[in-house]
Amino acid sequence: MRTAGIDIGSITAKAAIVEDGKILGTKIIFTGYNAEAAGLKVYEDLLSESGLDTSSISKIVSTGYGRNSVKFSDKTFTEIMAHAAGAYFLNSKIRTIIDIGGQDSKAMALDERGKVKNFVMNDKCAAGTGRFLEVMARALEVNLDEFGAMSLQSKLPSRISSLCTVFAESEVISLIARGEKRQDIIAGIHESIAARVSSMLARVGVSEPMMITGGVARNAGVVDALTRKLGVKIAVSSYAQVNGAIGAAVLASSI
Amino acid sequence: MNSDNSDFLKTLGIYLLSQAKKFSLKFKKAPTMKDLMMVYYSEAKSARLTGKKVAWITSGGPVEPLIAMDIIPIYPENHGAMIGASKMGAGLCEKAEAMGYSNDLCSYARSDIACATVNGGPIGGLPRPDMLVCCNNICGTVLKWYEVQARYFNVPLFILDTPFCHTGYSEEAARYVRAQIDEYILFIEDACKKKYDFERLRQVGHLSYEGQQLWQAVLDTAAHRPAPMSAFDAFYHLALIVTLRGTKEAVNYYQQLLATMKDRVARGISVVPNEKYRLLWDNIPIWPRTRWLSQKFASHNACLVADTYTSAWCGAMKYIDESKFLDSMAEAYTRIYLNIGVDEMAKMVIEMIDKYNVDGFVLHSNRSCKPYSFGQLDIQRIVEKERGIPCLMIEADMVDDRSFSESQISTRIDAFMEIIKDRKKTEG
Repeated sequence: MRTAGIDIGSITAKAAIVEDGKILGTKIIFTGYNAEAAGLKVYEDLLSESGLDTSSISKIVSTGYGRNSVKFSDKTFTEIMAHAAGAYFLNSKIRTIIDIGGQDSKAMALDERGKVKNFVMNDKCAAGTGRFLEVMARALEVNLDEFGAMSLQSKLPSRISSLCTVFAESEVISLIARGEKRQDIIAGIHESIAARVSSMLARVGVSEPMMITGGVARNAGVVDALTRKLGVKIAVSSYAQVNGAIGAAVLASSI
Repeated sequence: MNSDNSDFLKTLGIYLLSQAKKFSLKFKKAPTMKDLMMVYYSEAKSARLTGKKVAWITSGGPVEPLIAMDIIPIYPENHGAMIGASKMGAGLCEKAEAMGYSNDLCSYARSDIACATVNGGPIGGLPRPDMLVCCNNICGTVLKWYEVQARYFNVPLFILDTPFCHTGYSEEAARYVRAQIDEYILFIEDACKKKYDFERLRQVGHLSYEGQQLWQAVLDTAAHRPAPMSAFDAFYHLALIVTLRGTKEAVNYYQQLLATMKDRVARGISVVPNEKYRLLWDNIPIWPRTRWLSQKFASHNACLVADTYTSAWCGAMKYIDESKFLDSMAEAYTRIYLNIGVDEMAKMVIEMIDKYNVDGFVLHSNRSCKPYSFGQLDIQRIVEKERGIPCLMIEADMVDDRSFSESQISTRIDAFMEIIKDRKKTEG
């Protein structure tokens, strides 16, 4: 059975096609202001890149904050279910997931069948998410893709104490003014994210093995900071950013 | 009646009508909630003309000694709920913040303090108090809040200090609170300039107890599957056990309400069509969003069958001895849900989970109410360990809708319901 999953996040829209335990293709585009159009575009782009026809797709599930904007999906699931299904599909041993996306960060505990036992999400505040990193990258005039590698060079991470994105940005600007090294500031930013996420993890309980998903998983500096903070190994899949879409496609095969 | 009063009644009528649409019930032998509240507030508003006294009192304060002396009790917290329900909370909270009050302060306090200065809100401000009665069994904020209002209205304030009961009720605590009840009686005598009527208090105590028993019985009908009422109905019908506890009107009303609910049970009528999932709610309602939340849960075929909030007005009934009302009242008011240790609270929550047979536990982490929200994470852990049901924490505020993020909360509820549905499916 060939199924598709579409994950409309606050920054990017992702699509994945799955068939009999295999990933046939994935695609990521920017969501922009029109979530509905982004859902359609990412799906059509993926179909044409994979050389597949709409008629060959049996079921479609949409997920993410824009899940209800995808009018052509057969069913919607929340990103919590989708990430759990995706992680279980990629590695059925995973018991804890950290997902850091554009505006959400969440921790999920899974049982041995890959079902969500419990989850915690950030609320009211986007600190510690992808959007937070984007703001910091702009303040530091560094391409976000270089954040990971740069922070790994740091010997003495700066201390970022503010919990608020806007105030943390001012804090970063004052650190720049004080002449602190960029890599130290970036490492400090990653540590502040790790501190936030680990308190959410403590609420759901940490069971190994653990996996990180979402766009921020691409940042090796965040993964490193979290690994050191938690003292456990964290699996990073090459599909981390499209994990929600893969999970949605997996869920589509069971509806 | 002067024009001030007729304006008040008009505003009050409009408010009550706006709230009555969904939950109001008509009874053969009792007036509607709207009519009762209309009479209650208009009597208080015209108290100056009729020579009656008005006392503002905290929601957990002992009201029976006031009722027995014909003093009209007015509840700023109930008013706060009305402000929240009519979505005027954010505006009044902003006003309070402009007056210098921190946005970390309780939104009932902020909206009430702001409202008093502008006679704003859904009913154009509360009837002016002749005295204030503050019992700290619900929180510590009320002490400062009532001090502010005592200064503003220049009226006497009585403070009843109820020590926190981590476990049990010590002999010292009993003596301490009981002694204050005597002072309370003296305070009332002084305010009314007449001798206290203990015989009348006995009757009021009896009615209060009867009202609480009936309220508990009403809530108990939701133990039936499908539930004839939800916590959202309870949030509406609660008003009388709070404001008119100890009166014949409250007893009559709840007798009729109980009969209606029993009739619904007998006829298999459920408040949520296709009730499939039963949930327990913790903390004060998110007043500006009760309708949205009730629709949201109903869209998942889920019914909030019980809550720790409305049951708090009958939860300490076990400590009341009708024959020794004054003594036992001291204990009952001291050992209410918000004035006991987390382990004791968790025990009550688990009793409710079993009694109402619930599939999940929804906790409103209420930015305003620290004593209610502080131990929630521990209670959640205890519930997960003891009963293994899914728990959901929603971060919001009871009045200030600036603290409500709809899309975030919507996703949490959807995910929570997905987990419950999945589990029920697996369990068969």
